[in-house]
Amino acid sequence: MNKQIRQVSVAALILIALLVVSTTYWQTWAVGDLAARKDNETKLIQRLTVKRGKIFAADGTVLANNRVTHKHGLTIYTRHYPQNDLAPQVVGYATNAGTTTGLEQSLDDYLTGANTNLSNSLRDALQLGPRTVRGDNVYLTLRPDIQRLALDQLAGRCGAVVVLDTHTGAVVAMASSPTYNANLIPRGYDKIKKIKGTCGDSSALQNNATVGLYPPGSTFKMLTAAAALDSGAYTPNSPFYDPGYCTEYGQRVSNAGNPDQNGPEAFGNVSLAQGFEHSINSVFCNVGKHIGGLKILDYAKRFGFYSVPPIETPPDESAASGLYKYNKHGRRLWTPTSNTQIDSGRLAFGQFNMLATPLQMALVGATIANKGVVPKPYLVQKIVAADASTVTKTTPQTLGRAIKPETAAELNQMMQLVVQSGTGTSAQIPGVPVAGKTGTAELGLGNVYDAWFVAFAPANNPRYVVAVVVEKQPNGFGGSVSAPIAKAILEKLLAR
Amino acid sequence: MTLRNRELAALLTVGLLTAIGFATVYIALSSKISSGSLGYAVFFFGLYLVAHLVARATVPLADPYLLPMAALLTAIGVTEIYRLGPSNAFRQGLWIVIGVTAFAATLFWLRHDYRVLERYKYVFGVTAIFLLFLPLAPGIGETINGSRLWVHFGGLQFQPGELGKIALIVFLAAYLREKREVLAQGRLKDWGPLLVIWGGAMLVLLATDDLGSALLYYGIFLAMLYVATARLSFVVAALGLFLVGAFAISRTTPHVQARVDVWLDPYKYAHTSGYQILQSLYSIAHGGVGGTGLGRGIVSSPAGIQVVPDLNTDFIYSALAQELGLIGAAALLLLYMGFVLRGFRVALTATDGFSKLLAAGLSFSFAFQTFVIVGGITRVIPLTGITLPFVSYGGSSVVANFLLVAGLMLVSNRANREEAAA
Repeated sequence: MNKQIRQVSVAALILIALLVVSTTYWQTWAVGDLAARKDNETKLIQRLTVKRGKIFAADGTVLANNRVTHKHGLTIYTRHYPQNDLAPQVVGYATNAGTTTGLEQSLDDYLTGANTNLSNSLRDALQLGPRTVRGDNVYLTLRPDIQRLALDQLAGRCGAVVVLDTHTGAVVAMASSPTYNANLIPRGYDKIKKIKGTCGDSSALQNNATVGLYPPGSTFKMLTAAAALDSGAYTPNSPFYDPGYCTEYGQRVSNAGNPDQNGPEAFGNVSLAQGFEHSINSVFCNVGKHIGGLKILDYAKRFGFYSVPPIETPPDESAASGLYKYNKHGRRLWTPTSNTQIDSGRLAFGQFNMLATPLQMALVGATIANKGVVPKPYLVQKIVAADASTVTKTTPQTLGRAIKPETAAELNQMMQLVVQSGTGTSAQIPGVPVAGKTGTAELGLGNVYDAWFVAFAPANNPRYVVAVVVEKQPNGFGGSVSAPIAKAILEKLLAR
Repeated sequence: MTLRNRELAALLTVGLLTAIGFATVYIALSSKISSGSLGYAVFFFGLYLVAHLVARATVPLADPYLLPMAALLTAIGVTEIYRLGPSNAFRQGLWIVIGVTAFAATLFWLRHDYRVLERYKYVFGVTAIFLLFLPLAPGIGETINGSRLWVHFGGLQFQPGELGKIALIVFLAAYLREKREVLAQGRLKDWGPLLVIWGGAMLVLLATDDLGSALLYYGIFLAMLYVATARLSFVVAALGLFLVGAFAISRTTPHVQARVDVWLDPYKYAHTSGYQILQSLYSIAHGGVGGTGLGRGIVSSPAGIQVVPDLNTDFIYSALAQELGLIGAAALLLLYMGFVLRGFRVALTATDGFSKLLAAGLSFSFAFQTFVIVGGITRVIPLTGITLPFVSYGGSSVVANFLLVAGLMLVSNRANREEAAA
């Protein structure tokens, strides 16, 4: 019988060996797929036991940390946001239920220590035993004092403020209003969803700075002027005659309808620079008709329109600026293929379904300030592991050249005139040259406008660019509502 | 070193490992070292010392590694059970005391010649059938997780099938020893008993809705039949019959059908019938290669609810695999292999047919039961509720497996004694 006994024993051993194989499969090969599954309770609970990395502002202020509780043998870390409502749309939140938004979502792998860099892999390989998983700490470029000032200036009105370092693209402030207290998310989500601000239909949860699409109004003239000058079709001194209107498709488009313009309704003989200074629609209407809408859009694309700005927040929390078409499903980015599809005159002064985010308009200002090169915006200064070793450190990058340095210099001069003696005089700072452009976008709601201002200073050696939008201001213009906000912020930034 | 001294040395090592295991869990759970954890280890070592002394007195020439390996398996089990819920560990400890007592009693009772059992083969056969069908008895039978495998007396739950399994092996060893020549000739009329046993397995499947037990009993029968007759055709035919029967029953029995469906695509039933197996797989995967460490795994929610239902009984492998990792799980499986190998070695060295069949049957049942439950958990075969020998929480299983060790040691002792005499 011994032969059979040997055979049966081999069969028995093969059966157990099969178990080693199957266990190996589940504990090595399948680990990634199983960990990613939504119904994985073990992972959900494990998330709670991870000591998420802290998030710091540029000055070391803690924007996100953890509170520790012990339950049934588990050490549970719950996210806490000491600055409450300072930047919840940017930092986002991470709840114990596993929901994440903002940087808490896009940097989750770092914050939970799940990123597979060499030191983590080595740590996992060498340390068989358990320990509390400590995530990496994240240091942002945000300055809490500027962020708070921006929120105070918006004062609950719907809108956004974006402040960038013009050289590096570092985001100094990114304020979205109305705002909310991220600590109340787990218990008060429905309440937060109902926060409306003064505009009525905005959501405190969305980051207006990156996903808010507003008609740019006359701030778009920066792009039309860039196209006009850079293509060589015009110089700042190119003469125009302003009869108080522009003829489009045989119809008069009157300057009178432009709330952004200052001075008389009909300026008569003006230069392109003067048309920019006083935000004269007829001048830009004629520029647009001459160079064509596609050319303007082409330049807009060089500034970053038609693509989602590459910033560290989740891609679905940012929108691309450009022409939008509306259908029953909502709006959709639209790329025209011929000038006949575009009302070039209206596009030139910022109408015709053009929508832009505050971040995009800040990038336009930063590019002009930066001698024509688009800086790549970034929020994350560096990421440091729990053992104090640096995981990543951001080196400033550019997104390419949009316009020639000479064009940028000319635009810079024209924007200085706006603040010196044009529509943006309320942004003047004693002793500091400020360059800016106003925008007052009609919404088809009577005398209610989206008020814009994009400015950088010092204009002769730019350091910071500010883009401000305040939604639905009754009789509020870019020059009267938003320029003072930009001024207050620039003043604080440059005060030393 | 004599065989028994080797056993003692191995048991000392096991005692040390137990102390370390308990201390690890204790530190992980309460962040402090306690003499209580050491007390547990000392208690177990004392218990096994008694078992060792009984073995020294009754079966001095028995294999010296079976008892230490069984001790290590129970220690691993009770450590993990303690980690999952200290109160259950105390009860499991009591069952181990009962198991060791049964082990000692069996050795003492059969110390002269266990082959007397052969004479009572039909008693064992009837007992096996009685125990297998006991859960069907109204009033005491109980259905848990869709399978009717339990009986309860008062507050005590018991799986009589575990003991029935041992009785079945004793019966088959005696029966096949007697009939093996006749069966091997393969005449049609000799297939009668074979068909009876096939029918029995199908009946168990139909009555208890439990594919695992039916598979286990039938697998033991096939292995022993092959050892006795060396006729592979029998095994193939019997296996075919089983598959046909099992398939037919699975079509008509919703519970068995559901288990097969979940096996094929658990993700489809992620929130219903597939929940347990999926959460168990997630738990295993979470351990990875190195494991989370004893006491540091994720076994319950912050609300104190176990992530995987039945974690300390049928699914204890899932908790162990998470906390010990692939390294620990593979080591555990190697330990099972080691035990099975020693068991088959006893069968090889035995000199008479009954002893060979008995040892081979006991060894194969041990291996096959491990395969059925761990294979079910790791999706090699459809999941069926059955205990992991010596490790799972559950009294009947522990007692039955101690009887199994006693049986193997009795056979081993006799074989070695005859070899020494020759």
